[in-house]
Amino acid sequence: KTRTHVNYEVKEDVAVIRMNDPTSKVNTLSVQMQNEMIEVFNEVLANDAVQSAVLISSKPGCFIAGADINMIQACNTSEEVTKLSQEGQKMFARIEKSPKPIVAAINGPCLGGGLEFAIACQYRVATKSKKTVLGTPEVMLGLLPGAGGTQRLPKMVGIPGAFDMMLTGRNIRADKAKKMGLVHQLVDPLGPGLKSPEERTIEYLEEVAIQCAKGIVNKKISLTKEKGMMQKVQDYVMGIEFVRQQIYKTVTAKVMKMSKGLYPAPLKIIESVKAGLEQGPDSGYLAEAQNFGKLAMTSESNALIGLYHGQVACKKNRFGVPERPVKNLAILGAGLMGAGIAQVTVDKGIHTVLKDTTVEGLSRGQQQVYKGLNDKTKKKTITSFERDFTLASLTGQLDYSGFEKADMVIEAVFEDLNIKHRVIKEVEAVIPPHCIFATNTSALPIKDIAAASIRPEKVIGMHYFSPVDKMQLLEIITTDKTSKDTTASAVAVGLKQGKVIIVVGDGPGFYTTRCLAPMLAEAVRLLQEGVDPKKLDALTTGFGFPVGAATLADEVGIDVAAHVAEDLGKAFGSRFGGGNVEVLKTMVEKGFKGRKSGKGCYVYTPGLKSKDVNPDIEDVLEKYKLTPNPLVSSDSDVQYRLVSRFVNEAVMCLQEGILNGPVEGDIGAVFGLGFPPCLGGPFRFVDTFGANKLVEKMRRYEEVYGNHFTPCQLLLDHAKDSSKRFHK
Amino acid sequence: MASMLMNSLRCCPPVNPAWAVQYATRSLSTSVQLHAQVQTKSKKTLAKPGVKNIVLVEGVRTPFLLSGTTYADLMPHDLARAALQGLLHKTSLPKDAVDYIIYGTVIQEVKTSNVAREASLGAGFSDKIPSHTVTMACISSNVAMTTGVGLITAGQCDTIVAGGVEFMSDVPIRHSRKMRKTMLALNRAKTLGQRLSLIGSIRMAHLTPELPAVAEFSTAETMGHSADRLAAAFGVTRLEQDEFALRSHTLAKQAQDAGLLSDVISFKVPGRDTVAKDNGIRPSSMEQLAKLKPAFIKPHGTVTAANSSFLTDGASAVLIMSEEKALAMGYKPKAYLRDFVFVSQDPKDQLLLGPAYGTPKVLARAGLTMDDIDVFEFHEAFAGQIMANLKALDSDWFAQTYMGRKVKVGAPAMEKFNLWGGSLSLGHPFGATGCRLVTTVAHRLLKEGGQYGLVAACAAGGQVTHYTNTSSYFNVMDRKVILPVCVSGPCDGDRSIPPVEQDSGRTEMMQEKTVYAYTQSGVTPTLSDCTY
Repeated sequence: KTRTHVNYEVKEDVAVIRMNDPTSKVNTLSVQMQNEMIEVFNEVLANDAVQSAVLISSKPGCFIAGADINMIQACNTSEEVTKLSQEGQKMFARIEKSPKPIVAAINGPCLGGGLEFAIACQYRVATKSKKTVLGTPEVMLGLLPGAGGTQRLPKMVGIPGAFDMMLTGRNIRADKAKKMGLVHQLVDPLGPGLKSPEERTIEYLEEVAIQCAKGIVNKKISLTKEKGMMQKVQDYVMGIEFVRQQIYKTVTAKVMKMSKGLYPAPLKIIESVKAGLEQGPDSGYLAEAQNFGKLAMTSESNALIGLYHGQVACKKNRFGVPERPVKNLAILGAGLMGAGIAQVTVDKGIHTVLKDTTVEGLSRGQQQVYKGLNDKTKKKTITSFERDFTLASLTGQLDYSGFEKADMVIEAVFEDLNIKHRVIKEVEAVIPPHCIFATNTSALPIKDIAAASIRPEKVIGMHYFSPVDKMQLLEIITTDKTSKDTTASAVAVGLKQGKVIIVVGDGPGFYTTRCLAPMLAEAVRLLQEGVDPKKLDALTTGFGFPVGAATLADEVGIDVAAHVAEDLGKAFGSRFGGGNVEVLKTMVEKGFKGRKSGKGCYVYTPGLKSKDVNPDIEDVLEKYKLTPNPLVSSDSDVQYRLVSRFVNEAVMCLQEGILNGPVEGDIGAVFGLGFPPCLGGPFRFVDTFGANKLVEKMRRYEEVYGNHFTPCQLLLDHAKDSSKRFHK
Repeated sequence: MASMLMNSLRCCPPVNPAWAVQYATRSLSTSVQLHAQVQTKSKKTLAKPGVKNIVLVEGVRTPFLLSGTTYADLMPHDLARAALQGLLHKTSLPKDAVDYIIYGTVIQEVKTSNVAREASLGAGFSDKIPSHTVTMACISSNVAMTTGVGLITAGQCDTIVAGGVEFMSDVPIRHSRKMRKTMLALNRAKTLGQRLSLIGSIRMAHLTPELPAVAEFSTAETMGHSADRLAAAFGVTRLEQDEFALRSHTLAKQAQDAGLLSDVISFKVPGRDTVAKDNGIRPSSMEQLAKLKPAFIKPHGTVTAANSSFLTDGASAVLIMSEEKALAMGYKPKAYLRDFVFVSQDPKDQLLLGPAYGTPKVLARAGLTMDDIDVFEFHEAFAGQIMANLKALDSDWFAQTYMGRKVKVGAPAMEKFNLWGGSLSLGHPFGATGCRLVTTVAHRLLKEGGQYGLVAACAAGGQVTHYTNTSSYFNVMDRKVILPVCVSGPCDGDRSIPPVEQDSGRTEMMQEKTVYAYTQSGVTPTLSDCTY
């Protein structure tokens, strides 16, 4: 029978084992891949002509991206998953003990199970390509490295290094991996030669790896590295049990602080590492396999895997290829948003024009873009030359010159319908017919803005989140007049900018702002009821939000919040009530506009990380004081009051067709608004928590506060029929 | 005669009939023994109607020495002076007969930033002769020459001295930026208090010196590293590189011993001995070469100290004139400078690949094929770089994928290639190498009786020059410059044949000339015609 995923050829006395999953762009450790690998490995071991082996991927730009998630999801019990893990452990144990040395030749991502495979090999050679990253991202899926990773990594890179890798899941570039001792040798990527650079680079990597394999066999390369002084000291220190216990304690405390105990995976990782180091490898491997099984069955892991799939789905353009690619993009308004958009665009090979009305505004924006790129230079992710070269694609200007070449204009001017109308008219007078006009607004309905346009089919909403270079989400809003090509083009630009994209229907607040507004209204009411901002933050972060409600209001801007609350309040009526908008307005009058003005709910001192509650808001809150009802004011009730309004509004967006589906709803809430990732988004939360339980709570709040808490029809439907689920 | 004429016509590719006639006529002036060779050429001459013929009258250089040896105590302009004085001596040129002097250099001595001027004054040239310094990494003196050619073509000048100098025994090492900032502020400080506080702000970190960059500014990659990657990209083995390095040293030694390196002048170094020979030529054995460890990419790289060019001190100079002027002054020019091309490409992956890009271009400009060229002189930065360029020239895939050509032009024949050694063995004073290449092509054409020569060199940044002539040619790319020189066939060497053709007021020597192309460099006219 022919093998499709793994094959090998013998070059002199080295077996070159090549992996390539023909069904996918990336290699994963699927059942098929594993089975063929074992088969090949057995043949290599049995082949007397072979002295050593090289493991390499023939897929350009990917070693092994990880284990096959579907394989884990197909399991129904933790025992099944534990068994999977043990099979993986067994296979890698054989690799590790192989009498014929195996060299892993890594080009492209080497993640998760791929990394565990590589570190089971005797030697690792990696290319310095930007695509080559090593890491254990399992924790981000609520899992742990379940094929020996928790056992081998501490030995390879030291206990602190291993914890850092496994608990953060971050990607490690090849040069860093070499320093950490994760790979032995680096190979430079090659440029044009007698073959394409990608092809020749893999070939070169293979040649070098073969040399290494031979070197190991004829003892020119030693596998036991001479330890440096630092290493010896570190080993000695780590040999002291007391020190190790302190490390476990410190790491656990840090994890608890960061995760609020809402994520089980990091704790299980610590547990597995500890078991291996303190009780020996047998216990360690067993703990790893069992913990892996347990984690795979948790709702947190389920939620995180759901988000992973959702994110992948939202990185695709379901509207097809646009008729013409955007090569020249103009941005109106060099404020925080405009400059942020410029920053994520200019380094993607798109010529970017940043236009403002004043020199001061423009220079501030240009400085923001420069700073963003310069920070990357300082972190050495780009060179100073790359920074300068990138900036050469940015033009700052005060007039409309060159707009006749623009393929797309994104306006990020002040949120005022009249100004937006003026701008759209000015712009349409100078842009070519094919040019798309995108408006960056957080709440104004796009159709109202498009009313001033002479070609509404080219008008679309692109709602970015601040800070643009950090926030992954882009919410694209289409009106019923927006053409499909316009949408395709906007999505294409967003994807180029590296965004995760949801495309939603038009309406006040679209999806994200509309979900956030009732929650913030509830937060204001809680402040009025005497809940201290710090307490409010603690309760929201305790539920899993990365940022507390009071801090979030400061970040968004109290003025923006007031603006949005008022607009949406008008559009949706009393349902959006709760806190008194006057509280926000009074704060704005006093100059407490949030972080940007230095004061909001908190006082911000530049350079200081800690912040104190703004003492002056007490007067404001005193003025609008409400008496809390003890029936619905327990800590848990406070949390559910906030969350249920958010979730209810999200479900209503799906009910009204604003949302295309629950997946985009979850992605938008998590990536744009920081909805707790461990809950997987509002829709998965309803599935997991139970719609009936949620409705029950809401009814209780409804009795006290009225229609702010009336569950929407779709939510009621789900509550009635427990077989109805948003996610299959 | 008639049959000769017919032959010439037949073998000429379809060209402008007027030219064909011209070539035919010109062939009459060709010597008989050269005739057979001329017949196989695509073209008989590279002269273009309405374009001035520009000639290389003479070229000299100081011996190229390993840096830190006999020249160690000099300054760059001292070396340049030596070359200029050598040129004066060899040509008996009156010191005020030059219209303009141009020098190329890479690492500048800050005290003599216009080293052309300091050297020409010091060499005793008239102080009325303007001079300026140019820089374009390893093709700086190529730029000096092409600038001169440009000045002659533009009708600005008739007589140009161009040259290049590099002095690696001493390079400017600066204080750190922090220290410089403090020192400059100290200059401006008015009170003792201010001064003391500034002095007090100096920390250990201020004292770290700043060495001249060895890496490409744009990519932060050193050239040796880039060369190693280039060699790997083209699958050039360590063995091939060592063999080429050995060839270079062996040929250089032979040329030196046979006295072929006649462009080298002897130089009495103040306080030291007289230097008359290059001192970097060290033919070794393959076994010796194989012992060296890779110098840049460790442990699996292939570029070693022995198959790379070494740090060198040296200077060169050439006398370039319009043909009329040269003849009027009674000179016997050595070659026509016909055409040149500068090209540039990606400074990261194709840093040293200029010759591969420039060669086909300059050939196309001159209307020649690879086979027409009798003498190739390519700058040997690294053996791996040379081999990679040869492989690129010989690859249809590369020609199609990266150069937009249908087919390859082919690699130069090794029996025509760098026969008197190259930068690997003779040394490579960055700024001075271009003139050495052009002079060598002229001398080889004369010695070997060839008609066309081609020079190519690569330079940091990814540029190249090529020159062709019945004598020489030049071309510049990204950071490498190739200077292609074509020397016309029946040159000087063949005085026995009297000039026959009617325009043979020109000397017996040259048939052909060089072609230039500017792709990257431009000339800024001081006086422009603004009439539209």
